[in-house]
Amino acid sequence: MQAVDDRVSYLRNLILRRAPGPDGRDDLLRRVCDVAARELSASGAGISVMTEDGIRAVTAASDPASERLEELQSMFGEGPCVDAYTSRRPVLISDLGDLMAKEGGRWPFYAPAAHADGLRAVFAFPLQIGAAHLGVLDVFRDRAGRLTATEFADALTFADVTVTALLDRQEQAESSGIVDIDDDAAEYRAELFQAQGMVMVQLGIPLGQAMARIRAHAYAENRRLSDVTRDIVARRLRLDRDGPQPGGSP
Amino acid sequence: MTAHSRTSREASMTIVSAERMATIFVEVADTLVDDFDLMDFLHMLTDRAADLVSAAAVGLVLAGRDGRLEFMAGSNEDVKLVELFQLQTHEGPCQEAFRTGVPVINVDLTEASDRWPRFAPRATAAGFQSVHAFPLRLRTQVIGALNVFGDTKGGDFAGTDVPVMQALADVAAIGLLQERAIRRGELLTEQLQGALNSRIVIEQAKGAVAQATGLDVDEAFAAIRGYARRHNRKLTEVAHGVLSDPAMLAHIRDA
Repeated sequence: MQAVDDRVSYLRNLILRRAPGPDGRDDLLRRVCDVAARELSASGAGISVMTEDGIRAVTAASDPASERLEELQSMFGEGPCVDAYTSRRPVLISDLGDLMAKEGGRWPFYAPAAHADGLRAVFAFPLQIGAAHLGVLDVFRDRAGRLTATEFADALTFADVTVTALLDRQEQAESSGIVDIDDDAAEYRAELFQAQGMVMVQLGIPLGQAMARIRAHAYAENRRLSDVTRDIVARRLRLDRDGPQPGGSP
Repeated sequence: MTAHSRTSREASMTIVSAERMATIFVEVADTLVDDFDLMDFLHMLTDRAADLVSAAAVGLVLAGRDGRLEFMAGSNEDVKLVELFQLQTHEGPCQEAFRTGVPVINVDLTEASDRWPRFAPRATAAGFQSVHAFPLRLRTQVIGALNVFGDTKGGDFAGTDVPVMQALADVAAIGLLQERAIRRGELLTEQLQGALNSRIVIEQAKGAVAQATGLDVDEAFAAIRGYARRHNRKLTEVAHGVLSDPAMLAHIRDA
């Protein structure tokens, strides 16, 4: 899996090295959109962050046209982004014109409006970890055609990077990747998710926050995420209610 | 071969009766209704597969991005066992069956440390002696694998067991298709990603129940599954409920 990990690092570095914009706010998300658009041969990309009731809270886009395509979805309350969020899986539309001809009932308002704007293919990726779902990454193209297998895998990586950025921002942790707490211990990934559920109940906080707290603890202690989660599942470590604190069990 | 050794050899074989097979396929057909739950379905298949051939454990992995194998369901979900399935993202019978599209049959784990230097010793340490893996195939694509562990020496699969287990693996793949919805080629990819996320929800729910009850995560899974069965609810639905509805979590805790 070395090649996969190299590719992930490569994409992460592209995002981190990209020059920040003038405004600064939500800039990491805009950079993800820029790099995603370029790497996925797309005309643009956008990120919508949602609350549990499906209301869009924040957005980032690579360009004004993509921002409009995002806004059309929240305006009409329908579209690939909405479907990806509620179905919790990617929505891959490689030919919007074909979809309108064959499934006219799907997105009766969004599809024609977006098509009139020049949209021909759209791919929406949920920003989620299990039951914690934060929003959607949309990839827009002005020509029909599928994502290649590599582009699809890359898009999932962009979605992962976005989730991580959103989680770390919740805890105001350093998200620029100075301390690399992530690793590829595939066999321990089950524990990562179990630890999330445990911390959620233990601290009485939402699942997404639980993940953010675990990551913040790993950052603060300069430990691998897999080590921290293994200790949590083994009940050797309890996170403190008030924030990342040093130390294991009392 | 003496008469005696032939008898004992045959006794250790696991020839599946047509009747048991038929029963299982009827159950599968019954499960594949319009709104079936994929996680329930995959757990049912691994349970039945384990019963059929008297396996110590059966697990099912699906390929995520770029062929990374992810654990989806097992006849038991012991933490160590789940790790063994996950480990096969790098090496092991599932990885081989997935890569080649051909079943891996009757491998003696005690003699497999050259073939799988990391996987074989871990599997042996977990108490397994033999292993088999069957590709999950859809048309020309391989989307995952079914992994069968035995606690007796390799070579306990009779010739007739192989097509039977491969048939179960094929059925698992068909379940993923949810055929009523197959209109677009992209749909399988969408569904695989959805399935992988459902698996994560189950792990999160295990953790939540473990924390609320003081059970370990393996027992927590049994509690979640038991609750789903008693209340005739879908496994994925109950897992979501545990994470979003404190009342359901309390209900499982007090059960």
